[in-house]
Amino acid sequence: MTIKLSTKTVEKDFIKKLREVSGQNIFTCMQCGMCTGSCPMTEQIDASPRRIMRMVQYGLEEKICEYKTFWTCASCYNCSVNCPRGIDIARVMESLRLLMLRRNTDYVTICELPKETVEEMPQIALVSGFRKMTS
Amino acid sequence: MKTTYYPGCTLKTKARNLEDSAIASMAALGVELEELPRWNCCGAVHSLADDDLIHHVAPVRDLIRVLETGSRQVVTLCSMCYNTLARANLLMREDEEKRKTINSFMDEEIDYHGEVEVLHLLGFLRDKIGWDRVREKIKVSLDGLKVAPYYGCTLLRPREVSIEPPGSFALLNEFLRALGAIPVPFSAASTCCGSYQILGNPAAALQASTGILEAALRSGAEAMVLSCPLCEFNLGKKQDTLLQEGALSARMPTFYFTQLLAISLGLAPETGRFELNEPSSVEFLKTKGLVASG
Repeated sequence: MTIKLSTKTVEKDFIKKLREVSGQNIFTCMQCGMCTGSCPMTEQIDASPRRIMRMVQYGLEEKICEYKTFWTCASCYNCSVNCPRGIDIARVMESLRLLMLRRNTDYVTICELPKETVEEMPQIALVSGFRKMTS
Repeated sequence: MKTTYYPGCTLKTKARNLEDSAIASMAALGVELEELPRWNCCGAVHSLADDDLIHHVAPVRDLIRVLETGSRQVVTLCSMCYNTLARANLLMREDEEKRKTINSFMDEEIDYHGEVEVLHLLGFLRDKIGWDRVREKIKVSLDGLKVAPYYGCTLLRPREVSIEPPGSFALLNEFLRALGAIPVPFSAASTCCGSYQILGNPAAALQASTGILEAALRSGAEAMVLSCPLCEFNLGKKQDTLLQEGALSARMPTFYFTQLLAISLGLAPETGRFELNEPSSVEFLKTKGLVASG
């Protein structure tokens, strides 16, 4: 993957917003990859948490949006408890989701869910899923 | 002994087997679980954004309800409710600025400062009842039953709300041994089952679940024990789909820890509400002679 960096591509507002919403200092990430090594979704995601963290440091908002990593995060906190730099990466992923959802977009469209899905799922799946994936 | 208990949404519907078996088992151990009056949904997940305080209101309201009962302790059964309530409690105890904002937003309620202790029933069994007392009350030993103890995420992470020291994996082992079962350590005891991704990315969740079930099968376990209704859905109820798709090599009967406790305490099979588990799980208990056939 080649990413061209310039003052135009690096969205400083995005970095500022992300730091405010997540409360995390993303610049302490040293790219060790412990997050990726402990992520249960690595086989299902197109960019590892480590790569997303690097893109976040460069403020590559649009590039990050091309990947489904933060939508596939299940908030299991493995990355957060394993980060040697103490970054709560689950909070970074949550903030990325929220910044997208606050554009008034939904990742899951509730009215399009099959009736059988809604009927069979435990309530906590619906409540947590809607909390994480709808605005 | 009486203790205040928070059920949560799923225990009143899809996971009656968790609630009914817990209430009956605790009664047999001399503890009355008193349902919290006027409880509301905790929100299932802890809000992780610094500027999103509104989602802390629901769990904090529940904790205020606990204070109003005069109790300083609340017991939960669902792992997700435990995590959400325990973390909201810590936030109110430790973050002065957010505590002030949340308390002033709920000006109709009494101010809350994190006075309550949030416990999961597994921790309650270990710390308030003790394994010796459990052992004394056992009528049907699960003699030699090889069980994989599955914790999932929310009982252990993040560290500040873990029900036992990180990495120890002792609690469910002690519980199973008290019942006469043999805990079988397996590599995926705290691996995520995919959680709510069963809604947004079902393929990702099912792949995660398959990995856990296969790890349990490889370990030689005959059954798996867990405490979260969402884990039970992904790891238990979804096994039919996984087997039909050829993704899973064999069945792994799954049970709530309270269901195995109810059996061991010699309670009537109806209290376990096993009809809400996968039929194959009940069949497994029958073949083991732990539930009467018929």
